[in-house]
Amino acid sequence: MIKIKNLHANIDGKEILKGINLEVKAGEVHAIMGPNGSGKSTLSSVLAGREEFEVTEGSVEFDGKDLLDLAPEDRAREGLFLAFQYPIEIPGVSNINFLKTAINEKRAYLNQEPVSAKEFLGMVKEKSALVELDAKLANRSVNEGFSGGEKKRNEIFQMAMLTPKLAILDETDSGLDIDALRIVANGVNKLKSPNNATIVITHYQRLLDYIIPDFVHVLYDGKIVKSGSKDLALELEEKGYDWIKNESPL
Amino acid sequence: MENINTTIATSEKKDKFLEVLSTLDFTTENPTFLQHRITSQNELNELDFPTSKTEYWKYTRVGKIVNNTYTLGQPEKIDVSDFLIPNLDAQVLVIINGHVVADLSDFTSVDGVTLTSLSHAKKQNFEGLKKHFNQFTQDKKEIFLAFNNAFHTDGIYLEVAKNKIIEKPLHIINITTGNNTISQSRNLFLANVGSQVKIIESFVNVNGEKNFNNHVSELIISENAIMEYNKIQDKKETNFSIVTEQVYQEANSNFTINTATFNGALVRNNLNIEVDASNCETNLNGLYLGKNKDHIDNHTVVDHKKPHCNSNEIYRGVLDNESTGVFNGKVFVRPNAQKTNAFQQNNNILLTDNATVNSKPELEIYADDVKCSHGSTTGQIDEEAIFYLQSRGISKKGALKLMINAFAKDALERISIEALQAYIDNKIEERFI
Ligand SMILES: Nc1ncnc2c1ncn2[C@@H]1O[C@H](COP(=O)(O)OP(=O)(O)OP(=O)(O)O)[C@@H](O)[C@H]1O
Ligand SMILES: [Mg+2]
Repeated sequence: MIKIKNLHANIDGKEILKGINLEVKAGEVHAIMGPNGSGKSTLSSVLAGREEFEVTEGSVEFDGKDLLDLAPEDRAREGLFLAFQYPIEIPGVSNINFLKTAINEKRAYLNQEPVSAKEFLGMVKEKSALVELDAKLANRSVNEGFSGGEKKRNEIFQMAMLTPKLAILDETDSGLDIDALRIVANGVNKLKSPNNATIVITHYQRLLDYIIPDFVHVLYDGKIVKSGSKDLALELEEKGYDWIKNESPL
Repeated sequence: MENINTTIATSEKKDKFLEVLSTLDFTTENPTFLQHRITSQNELNELDFPTSKTEYWKYTRVGKIVNNTYTLGQPEKIDVSDFLIPNLDAQVLVIINGHVVADLSDFTSVDGVTLTSLSHAKKQNFEGLKKHFNQFTQDKKEIFLAFNNAFHTDGIYLEVAKNKIIEKPLHIINITTGNNTISQSRNLFLANVGSQVKIIESFVNVNGEKNFNNHVSELIISENAIMEYNKIQDKKETNFSIVTEQVYQEANSNFTINTATFNGALVRNNLNIEVDASNCETNLNGLYLGKNKDHIDNHTVVDHKKPHCNSNEIYRGVLDNESTGVFNGKVFVRPNAQKTNAFQQNNNILLTDNATVNSKPELEIYADDVKCSHGSTTGQIDEEAIFYLQSRGISKKGALKLMINAFAKDALERISIEALQAYIDNKIEERFI
């Protein structure tokens, strides 16, 4: 599904990603952990196409296409989705309207018919129930006045509406109470299929009790320094990152 | 020395205007109205075109307008179908270069509604017209207003009888044509006690560069009356407009004006609202979208003279390329106007580094028991928001469109005519394709 090879990226001349290698196959769930500032959100931003970051080396192949060559909107239309660590508020732009626009632009890109009003309403109903997002929130302006947890739920709602091939969840669990965590994890699990894949970025092993990863990677100082099974997350929880830092060849 | 020179130069320009306009023949006009013209012509002797030192015109140079040489705009027969608003069932009236062209208009007479040309209304010497014409322009020493007072040609006279509620909106299409033509149209809308009316006026052009329309409307909203006036300004070529509205509100009246400006090389709106009685509501909203070298200036005055009135003002601007926006909004709350609620806001988005805005909201409050607020913001489009929308599969242009629609929405939510709302939404869309 996605093949990241030796990916280097700068911001303002400062190198943040220092050679990332990662392959995610359809049907898999990968977890990325790592200390604050190690580059996890940078990696998601680069994949989503944020222009502030300059890719200096490496390649990313997404479903056979050169991802780095695509505009952000085309990456989304090809099936990439990023649930932001800090979803922003967009006053005046209705959640529902923008999602309808997004779905129809994606459909047009894939030479499909636009979604009918009825079909769309059905989707909204079904998917908002999936993440137990209050219907009122679905109709409000994007994230405006949403609580931290509601914003995260709204990200998963959007993911459910857009049915991506690859979803990257950047600390979707942080700021969620226990019930919300279960609901969000449930939503992610229900959307899982042999044809799509998920990358979850998290600081907490707790989430991985709900979303069971096939692989766990540790990102440290712009590189993946360790990969393993889900047990690696338990080990990290127990020993902290110092253990990895010491093991790191740097 | 320098001062004398500029005075000579500006008065020469004024003389050039007078020369062209003096060829208009008003000798057959009803003496009451002719007297108004003569008074204003005398006023003109004392007035000059504004310079950079004229406070009222500080951010708008009129050089483009006053340095040009004009010929008088003439009535014409042209196809107006492009300017009709889709799905709008309206009474349509057409003004071309300051002349009402009856053949192009499409309206049926309705009981309780006097709808005719101003020139006809003057001939008939209608009471309402006599009472209100030039009613509160007299002590205003503004040169463009004086020019219109002295030399206006024609426009629409509308009078709605007591308690008459007009269902169909009135759509006035005010067109200028030709290169370097000057026209001075003039309307008077009178809503008598308890009446209700909705008006749309489109200010547009058919071909022609550098034509200048100096328009004045007088609007009188009597006790318990409701009037909604929607202005669409959309002159595609390099043309100039100065538009002045003099609005007078009586007790318990409700007045809304929505001004949407899409184009125009130089557009100046002077909106003066006198709220001279209690329990009135006033809404004045505007949206302006500047591009290329457009210069769009909105000057508004709300003068609260009596207690217990509300006014709400939202003007929003999106300025692209090298365009300029000017907003000056004054709210006066006179000593007598206790319990006034006055709200005023101006927000602007600059799409490029070369676009500019001069925004000056002003409150002058002489009463102590009032609620007033004003604010002004100017910023760039939120790039983070654009990226967020792109990351969901929306193109950059589509994202911009969504953001601008969201921004514009508050400024136009008082338009109650659905077909007009759709028409304007569509125009916003077209702009950002
Ligand atoms: N826009 C920016 N300008 C300058 N430096 C930046 C910018 N964005 C990120 N960085 C830097 O890049 C490094 C990696 O940040 P990033 O947000 O990717 O970390 P993270 O692993 O997601 O951390 P956290 O766990 O706190 O979310 C940090 O040192 C950060 O300060
Ligand atoms: Mg992060």
